[in-house]
Amino acid sequence: MDKMPAWADVVLIPLISLLLAAILSALVILAIGESPVEAFNLMVDGALMRSSGWGYTLYYATNFIFTGLAVAVAFHARMFNIGGEGQAMLGGLGVALMCLYVPWPHWSLAMLGSTLGAAAFGALWALIPAYLQAKRGSHIVITTIMFNFIAAALLNYLLIGVLKPKGSMEPASAKFDPAFALPTFQDMFASEGNPLFRGAPANVSFFLALLACLFVWLLIWRSRLGYEIRAYGWSQTGAKYAGISGTKIIIVSMLISGGLAGLMAVNTTQGEAERLILNMTEGAGFIGIAVALMGRNHPFGVLLAAILFGFLYQGGAELALWTNIPRELIVVIQALVILFTGALDNMVRMPLERLFLALRRKEG
Amino acid sequence: MDFMTILQVLDSTVRLAIPLLLACLAGLFSERAGIFDIGLEGKMLIAAFFSAAIAYTTGSVWLGLLAGIAASLVLSVLHGVASITFRGNQLISGVAINFLAAGMTVLIAQDWFAQGGRTPSLSGAARFNPVTLPFAESLQGVPVLGPIYYELISGHTILVYLGFLTVPLTWWILYRTRFGLRLRAVGENPAAVDTAGVSVVGLRYAAVLICGVLCGIAGAYLATALQAGFVKDMSAGRGYIALAALIFAKWRPWYALMSTLLFGFLQAVALRPDLIQATIGIKVQVQLLDALPYILTVIILAGFVGKAIPPRAGGEPYVKER
Repeated sequence: MDKMPAWADVVLIPLISLLLAAILSALVILAIGESPVEAFNLMVDGALMRSSGWGYTLYYATNFIFTGLAVAVAFHARMFNIGGEGQAMLGGLGVALMCLYVPWPHWSLAMLGSTLGAAAFGALWALIPAYLQAKRGSHIVITTIMFNFIAAALLNYLLIGVLKPKGSMEPASAKFDPAFALPTFQDMFASEGNPLFRGAPANVSFFLALLACLFVWLLIWRSRLGYEIRAYGWSQTGAKYAGISGTKIIIVSMLISGGLAGLMAVNTTQGEAERLILNMTEGAGFIGIAVALMGRNHPFGVLLAAILFGFLYQGGAELALWTNIPRELIVVIQALVILFTGALDNMVRMPLERLFLALRRKEG
Repeated sequence: MDFMTILQVLDSTVRLAIPLLLACLAGLFSERAGIFDIGLEGKMLIAAFFSAAIAYTTGSVWLGLLAGIAASLVLSVLHGVASITFRGNQLISGVAINFLAAGMTVLIAQDWFAQGGRTPSLSGAARFNPVTLPFAESLQGVPVLGPIYYELISGHTILVYLGFLTVPLTWWILYRTRFGLRLRAVGENPAAVDTAGVSVVGLRYAAVLICGVLCGIAGAYLATALQAGFVKDMSAGRGYIALAALIFAKWRPWYALMSTLLFGFLQAVALRPDLIQATIGIKVQVQLLDALPYILTVIILAGFVGKAIPPRAGGEPYVKER
């Protein structure tokens, strides 16, 4: 018997966790001598009340959709892919190679190329930890952490060596061909009389992210492979008995996960920076963990959670600009969300389950 | 490369290995009791901040050390509540703790000192200063051994010697006391410990708290001994290197000493790229040296060189009855 109705599990628990995280964040803001209400108003004002604010919010959200989906797919196979950061960095390398060395005739083809490059490189970076987990039993969490650091070192090496243009002092690749620049929301939606999204970095890769959500939904709930992934995640022995190969599931789901994480580089590298820079991920790989946990590993939940985190990111930047609250407040909020929706899940769940059981008994 | 340069490199090896060693032993206690801890990094970071902040405001490094340990213990208790009491996912809890520390330290530092997320630099009694061991000065003239004693063995802070003493102490606790036996048992087969009438929850909390104390000392060492003050993200991945060292050491105390000294050596060499070039004649990229601890750990994990087998009940919450 289910202890709780499904809606409570999907909606109520995340909302309560979010509320707890919000209350604690408000207390933190109070403790450093600022007003939480004013801070919240400022965040809403900067991130949601102007179209350019939305342009930033959706730009960040695009990254978090990709990394959130990456973590979610791995979670369905009961694996914790903490290596989104490294996979996204390698994705950036894939984008850079595609944009620097292939003479594409049009930005749309360049985007197709960089999408494939990003996904392939990200997937490749997840392949080694996946293989080691499947065949040698090395714990995926530890190996993906190690691969984050190895990726950072590799990128650092390439950006001060081979990829750095001659005479440049910055650790960054050469600028991509301006013809490859992705259309921003401003290019797409603004008109003479209606200047929307002015200067905001949100670009066409947001729609790629929406497609990725649809893809993950079809994959997980409407395909044979998705069924196998969920079966394996639910019970490894049961899946084995049903003839599902654990090795295959681990490797395939990690390839998909790594590929999704890599895709965020299309947004940051081709869409925004238009060259490969150091630290292009800005921690988005880790935020994917919070996003996946909050979105309950469902693409639609991931989408909503990613937009929420996009709002927090953009609002946090506004706070840092206008108040004494540093940007790191967002890191604290992110930590609290991960804590309450992930690690302390049972703390919220157990009393609720008891409550629902009591209610049902009364009815009966 | 002359004798003095070798001594200098080994000297900085020791300096850089100590925080890794303390954090590694911290992880050892926790993981041997079946609680995975990827929050070593965060605990070190928060201890580094509070030790530097309190040492600066009170002028006493010892009070700073206590404050660092206390801050680290708070996060340990949080990890314990999440992973022992509420049987949550230990890895997710560790991730949350790392972010909490990374954010809170900068937030509080900015609020208290308004210097962009750092503490003012420490000096005098607000720092752990080098200790000159007896006769180090007078024996300096003795060939070979004199300089080794003066440069390498003497002249470290008290925490370095404490760190080295922790290794035999950990070994003794784990392998020669009843508490240690039970602690190891609870990481392998908690049901057996429970059947024997010993509290699984109590033992695991004890292990997590010991882990907190050691991470606290490691963090305080970073901010008050290795460097003079706290800067943002100063743990710089050391918690993860310690985790790598722990796997490298196959969850054993003496091996932990070896692996952290090896990783400390790699860090020390990475600071002197000129030396490598002079010694082996090829220019080795610093990035390769940075990545080497992680690459070595992956190779060890892959089981190509020996096999690292973690405690059997690691990462799984203990449920008494079904």
